[in-house]
Amino acid sequence: MNKTINQKAWFFVVPVFVLVAFNAAIPLMTVVNYSFQETFGNNVFAWEGTRWFKQILLSERFHDALGRQIAFTFIILLIQIPLGIGIALTMPKKGWGVPVCLILMSMPLLIPWNVVGAMWNIFALPDIGFLGYSLNAIGFDFNFTQQPGDAWFTTILMDVWHWTSLVVLLSYAGLNSIQPAYYQAAEIDGASRWATFRYIELPKMKKVLTLAILLRFMDSFMIYTEPFVLTGGGPGNATAFLSIDLVKMALGQFDLGPAAAMSLIYFFIVLLVCWVFYSLMMKNEVRS
Amino acid sequence: MAKITLNNLSHSYVSNYTDADLVLRDVNIDWKDGGAYALLGPSGCGKTTLLNIISGLIKPSKGDILFDDKNVTSLNPVERDIAQIFQFPVIYDTMSVYDNLAFPLKNRSLSDTEIDSKVREIAEMLELTSTLNNRASGLTADGKQKISLGRGLVRSDVNVIMFDEPLTVIDPHLKWILRSKLKELHQKINRTMIYVTHDQTEALTFADQVVVMHEGQIVQTGTPVELFEKPKHTFVGHFIGSPGMNILPCQIKNGQINFAGQEIQSNSNIKKNNFQKTQLGIRPEFINFSDKGIPVKIKRVSNTGRHKIIDTECTGGTIKVLSNASTEIPSGSAHINFNQKYTYVYGDNWIIE
Repeated sequence: MNKTINQKAWFFVVPVFVLVAFNAAIPLMTVVNYSFQETFGNNVFAWEGTRWFKQILLSERFHDALGRQIAFTFIILLIQIPLGIGIALTMPKKGWGVPVCLILMSMPLLIPWNVVGAMWNIFALPDIGFLGYSLNAIGFDFNFTQQPGDAWFTTILMDVWHWTSLVVLLSYAGLNSIQPAYYQAAEIDGASRWATFRYIELPKMKKVLTLAILLRFMDSFMIYTEPFVLTGGGPGNATAFLSIDLVKMALGQFDLGPAAAMSLIYFFIVLLVCWVFYSLMMKNEVRS
Repeated sequence: MAKITLNNLSHSYVSNYTDADLVLRDVNIDWKDGGAYALLGPSGCGKTTLLNIISGLIKPSKGDILFDDKNVTSLNPVERDIAQIFQFPVIYDTMSVYDNLAFPLKNRSLSDTEIDSKVREIAEMLELTSTLNNRASGLTADGKQKISLGRGLVRSDVNVIMFDEPLTVIDPHLKWILRSKLKELHQKINRTMIYVTHDQTEALTFADQVVVMHEGQIVQTGTPVELFEKPKHTFVGHFIGSPGMNILPCQIKNGQINFAGQEIQSNSNIKKNNFQKTQLGIRPEFINFSDKGIPVKIKRVSNTGRHKIIDTECTGGTIKVLSNASTEIPSGSAHINFNQKYTYVYGDNWIIE
């Protein structure tokens, strides 16, 4: 077959190239540019080398924010993944219950993030919110705007409410793809309910669960809008996760250099964790 | 080890069923202890449903299942103590081949030494010994199906072992080997085996007794020879044999069979004719060419190597004739004769004896 050589075809790629350049490459490179320089406005820049990176990596403020971020992500994964699988297991497999459950499960996912934050803010207010008022009425001293523990409790509860559905829907899809013969074989082999879960359902859900954990890790590690609306990072800095702290530094204090350096470090952490996690989960897959 | 009896078994997959919803109709059968049975029938005739009812995966809508006169209708598969192998390989992905085979034994809390000896015995038989420590998920389709078979065969105490078209995914060469293995195994362990298939060769080579199902009913149970020589239902005549039985419309008057203007002698004893439809059944193997008889035109001769299949036509319809490859076939017009011993009359599809 003769190949026609026509370099003009490259022009077809131009729109994509321009689009990616403007929405990804150029902004990212601007951040890289800022992270190595100092500016005092008026477009005057001075070269600073790796100073900002060293400063961020050594700063206690960054360590604290990172620690809070890791704790938050770890806790919500620990709750949402088992809870999501649990709910998916109890959902009906056929009949009118299926669409009802699916719609109920999708609802939280359809609500805009700042609305979720606002809803929970009002819901948890100790004087007028249903949750806050009820907790106080039954004897708990609950005030998420004043007490760090309560703020954490509310933030985590909000995230669990908002995102467990995603894990449920993915697990449910995974469960539904299992052939009935597997359950029948397990029944005949005399497998207990736990053994059926451990040796059939869990291995068959492995791929969707990998996806669920990755998505939940990335989303929760970059969470901004909901805690910003709910607590604003407070009380004090109690719920100032990485992105909240980053915005404070960049827009609140206008420290563009350090903020840019922090952005890049943040970006690499997410990338690294995803890569390590994915490689570990897929290692067995390749071997077999 | 037990005799299995099915009493007036009917089943429908919908809860408020009418007669049309039934996938099994009034099934009655005894499976003798230690027998090798094949359950033969086309796809959708209710074979798998019947199997799942015997194993306890499905509760029948009506009727009872007895194991040695003990009613087990409400018991689950574990309580019934049966083994079942499915059409597509079911393996536990995360386990090794060894653990897969040991799984049914572990669930029944056998001692480790007992499990080990049984697993090794069955692995030896299925030629899985060299892969015992491999992960089961890495095997080929037939390797996986061997594991499925192994999990069914590893328990020595079962009442019955049931196979639901287990060789579908296996390639033809290995199919032959595995089938002989199963047959050999049956002779060795002498346990009741029920083998579901839609392939007549598979059924006839495996089983002592073949049970033929058609539209949710058992139409005939018998040895392969009985099914061949005396089909009780036109479906059996049709389904078993290649080519199948010739089923020809005929008239009955005053106890005489009239076909294509000729009087035919048969092995059926016709006393009265109260049927809507009467048919003559004769296998192509039992028809010869002769000087006189039914006049036919030869339409086509196909040579299969060992046999010739001749399509002939007469006023009563198309008749297939099977003769030896060496037989000289007349061309154009000829006469054929039916062997009376193997000629039967069917009233509304059931044999008249």
